[in-house]
Amino acid sequence: MAVTLDPSDKDSGSKDEKKKHGHKLSVPELIFGDLWEYDPAPETADPRIRSRYDLFIGGRFVAPQAGEYFASINPATEETVTEIAVASAADVDSAYVAAQMAYETVWRTMPGRERGKYVYRIARLLQDRAREFAVAESIDGGKPIKESRDFDVPMAAAHFFYHAGWADKLAYVAPGRTVQPIGVVGQVIPWNFPLLMLAWKIAPAIAAGNCVVIKPAETTSATAMKFAELLQEAGLPDGVVNIVTGGGETGAALTGHPAARKIAFTGSTDVGKLIMRQLAERGTRMTMELGGKAANVVFEDSPIDQAVEGVVHGIFFNQGHVCCAGSRLLVQESIAESFINKLQQRMETLRVGNPLDKNTDIGAINSREQLDRICELVESGVAEGAKLYQPSCALPSRGFFYRPTLFTEVTQSHRIAREEIFGPVLSILTFRTMDEAIEKANNTMYGLSAGVWTDKGSRILRMAAELKAGVVWANTFNKFDPASPFGGYKESGFGREGGRQGLLDYVDLS
Amino acid sequence: MFRRTSAWERSYITVVSKHSKVEDFGTVDRVGIEERVAKFTTRSIKKQSKLWGLNTAVSMVDLTTLEGKDTPGKVASLCQKARQPSDDSSIPPVAAICIYPSLIKEARKLLADSPIKIASVATAFPSGQSSLKVRLQEVKYAVNAGADEIDMVINRGLFLAGEYDAVQDEIAAVVEATGDATLKVILEVSELETYDNIRAASFMAMQVLRPGDFIKTSTGKASGSATLANTQVMLEAIRDFYLDTGIPIGMKPAGGIRTAKQALHYLVAVKETLGDAWLNSSRYRFGASSLLNDLLRQIHKEKSGAYQAPYYFSEAAGSY
Amino acid sequence: MSERIPVIKTPKVYVGGAFIRSESGRTFPVYDSGGQFVANVPQCTRKDLRNAVEAAAKAVPGWSRRTPYNRGQIIYRLAEMLEARADEMTGVLRQFAPAWTSAAEQEVAETVDRLVHYAGWADKYEQVLGSANPVAAPFFNFTLTEPIGVVGIIASDSAPLLGLLTQAAAAIVSGNTVVALASESAPYPAITLGEMLATSDLPGGVVNILTGYRKELIPTFATHAHIRGIDAVATGDDATALRRGAADSVKRVKVRQPDINWSSEFNESVYEIRNFIDFKTVWHPIGA
Repeated sequence: MAVTLDPSDKDSGSKDEKKKHGHKLSVPELIFGDLWEYDPAPETADPRIRSRYDLFIGGRFVAPQAGEYFASINPATEETVTEIAVASAADVDSAYVAAQMAYETVWRTMPGRERGKYVYRIARLLQDRAREFAVAESIDGGKPIKESRDFDVPMAAAHFFYHAGWADKLAYVAPGRTVQPIGVVGQVIPWNFPLLMLAWKIAPAIAAGNCVVIKPAETTSATAMKFAELLQEAGLPDGVVNIVTGGGETGAALTGHPAARKIAFTGSTDVGKLIMRQLAERGTRMTMELGGKAANVVFEDSPIDQAVEGVVHGIFFNQGHVCCAGSRLLVQESIAESFINKLQQRMETLRVGNPLDKNTDIGAINSREQLDRICELVESGVAEGAKLYQPSCALPSRGFFYRPTLFTEVTQSHRIAREEIFGPVLSILTFRTMDEAIEKANNTMYGLSAGVWTDKGSRILRMAAELKAGVVWANTFNKFDPASPFGGYKESGFGREGGRQGLLDYVDLS
Repeated sequence: MFRRTSAWERSYITVVSKHSKVEDFGTVDRVGIEERVAKFTTRSIKKQSKLWGLNTAVSMVDLTTLEGKDTPGKVASLCQKARQPSDDSSIPPVAAICIYPSLIKEARKLLADSPIKIASVATAFPSGQSSLKVRLQEVKYAVNAGADEIDMVINRGLFLAGEYDAVQDEIAAVVEATGDATLKVILEVSELETYDNIRAASFMAMQVLRPGDFIKTSTGKASGSATLANTQVMLEAIRDFYLDTGIPIGMKPAGGIRTAKQALHYLVAVKETLGDAWLNSSRYRFGASSLLNDLLRQIHKEKSGAYQAPYYFSEAAGSY
Repeated sequence: MSERIPVIKTPKVYVGGAFIRSESGRTFPVYDSGGQFVANVPQCTRKDLRNAVEAAAKAVPGWSRRTPYNRGQIIYRLAEMLEARADEMTGVLRQFAPAWTSAAEQEVAETVDRLVHYAGWADKYEQVLGSANPVAAPFFNFTLTEPIGVVGIIASDSAPLLGLLTQAAAAIVSGNTVVALASESAPYPAITLGEMLATSDLPGGVVNILTGYRKELIPTFATHAHIRGIDAVATGDDATALRRGAADSVKRVKVRQPDINWSSEFNESVYEIRNFIDFKTVWHPIGA
């Protein structure tokens, strides 16, 4: 039978009432209003944070020799969470002494299968106390509880579980060579994933038979110190892991210590360069996991809604405090306007607020210093002529919060397109052809990660080959796994974490 | 500035033809959309917002019985349950009952003075495997018998054979046959198998529907039925079609939604995808039978603070 | 009958597939092991290094996109060329290095063998170093390797041929290109090597060899941002300068001691190739 498909005839045969609505709904809009508000849903588990933490050296909590402490605050409330010890050079030295002792007397000679059991224990204990650690992480660092609960803590446990299994299989890490532990390694980690970065560093190091002196970031030491308690529960031999807290001076004492056979650093490119210079004379072995300015490249044939979701997750995950954040969106010109509309619509449903509320999507900015830096860079974007968009969501009156933000009309030379913002700020550029996309994506001193969205398989493989980045996410973004090597190209660093490749950076070959 | 049209934008207004491909309507990544809907399930709905959600869900239920053993007696009991789901008068009636055509007259009598709609499946439900002529006759029979709403099935065989223009022609013919009745187009998503197919079929249907008509996931008679993910594919298609044409189409997931908790997850998806305008029974329905009792159970629990036994509720399955 | 006067070769360095003198016009004299003047070799400058890096960078895309099989054959061909000219190279080594015939012959033979070794790695190292990763989610996840780009080499004095080609072969087999500073005390074998490279199938710009003074060039090697890795035989201040300068552009530096035993099999290894590759991990959902 013949049926007309002319859109103007869509209402043929319908009743008059319906015809009335037919085509008079001009400028269709979606209403994300308050018809159904979610009530507050705070996570209430006790984080069991002590009021003060000493240093963890030689398996015991010891007071800093100079007796100095500083307050660690909750960035969502600006209230003090706990007091953290400041480790002096002398404290760092005693941590190295303890580590060296543990290495020589216990850890190096322990059979791999026994060493592995300790690492398994750590994984299990962390799983047991996952909720408590997640709450502590959110209170101390400001990240939404749903992320610390569903990502940070389980992923940290997974890293220990994965690497535990390597401890007695090191012979398979480097075919054709014999592997040995390096010795004592010094490690410095950032504030964006405090417990997870600690796991990325400690798990492969001790599984391979090394001992560790590690320093968490100044603003986020609480979960590291809780982790120290957990190491005691695990019965890990004294001195295998030593945790010293403090700021830049403590870090410099740690990275510059002559007993360190290797330094592993995750943090900003600027500090990475400082450490490289500091170690130039000694020639200490290093791995560096530094900054990024990842491009997320969206082609017109991509699965659009998943790409929107990937872009949102890519830049607003953990308030954008992610070294591999997809902070530059490169969208094909043919779909740019509609894609940006969809992004803005999606941003309307993001919930910014109390990190402990289970429905919070974007929590608190980690520190006032970081908030100031974000504000400064956003101002530069406006001043340089980019167009700012922020959704209308309400922000809490106290604490450090920032609206999810995107910039259109951004050019390659804008600071917001070149510098790592480390906040919930997306810079949008457009491209016309694949070659142009590649050129723009690679036009950065960084090379940590990249994203590509397209339905065409051969284009994915070509883009994956051309994008100069250590991790390429195709039709997904911000995915991590202990079995999957992670690390950068160019000024995003060298060395890998995760997988067999990462383990190889924690052994000596002979 | 940006050019206005694009491959996927244009696709909404692409007239389906012999040359149409599923991809013309945009593609869906399976892993991505399943990750997305998993996040809906982590929304924590408490207290007043939970009560609002549960009551709203009750008002959206198409209380369904579609069995060979259905009798006028069974339908009478269904109608009574639909009008007054529980003895708590603050709980709203359901949106509709959903039955086979032969029982419409019975139901019409019982619901004459009620706002509750009578929905009837038609078009050789659930397989659709009859001639178009017979299927259209069945639709007219149901409408004449007093059905307010018709739940039709699309021709999955034609769809999977790539005859998209014919699939759409058939839907258009049913639209015409329904007259004043509201139409719900069942895609039978589990037989379409891929999310790309579900998205394309949604557009093919919406292009010939009228404002206020629905698309629906499943018959409940196939191996798979509604999931958060296939419902999300359809919600996103509805959203894109609405923003493109201004025509609002309703959504009805059916089959497999048995618990209040699930229903809240589905409503979270509606709230965060289509927004407030779809949070009512004129644009969203649940095709379900046992869901209603769990909604009632949870409402009573919210109000009394005590967990309820299933046999407190009429027609409840779990009476041990 | 008068004695025929031999024609003396003017030494040039091999850069970008061409034989050039220093842009500065400067040279420095080299003497054989008996102290006899042999020739003036180019005293390459920072600008020569810059030009060589340009040539090397230009060669990266073409060289790295060749199939591994093709790169393997080209490196193998280089071994063939060296074997065929073993006598000439032995003579040069004998003339300029304080070595006797058998040691020179041995260095050439070991160099040929080393090239054969690395030629064979071209289509194999990826399978040893890369991986498919069993992640805990529905993704196909794999890690493969890519060359880092331009690698700077500061060559050895103790084995001016074997050392240089050991460093170069490990770098170029994965698709990197090389800018090498030849042994300062024995630069002439590298000049001769350039001539052999020119007649091999190696594309111009893949291996570029400069002669000159370490003190003059090391700071530029260290800080040139487009050089992404350095493999240097260096000690003391030289090593420190390389590492400190490398910090500016986060480049990796491999420092070897001057007393390294180049004959050791330890220098033949997939882990030498690993020094100058990047690992790239790719994720893709398994779904449709």
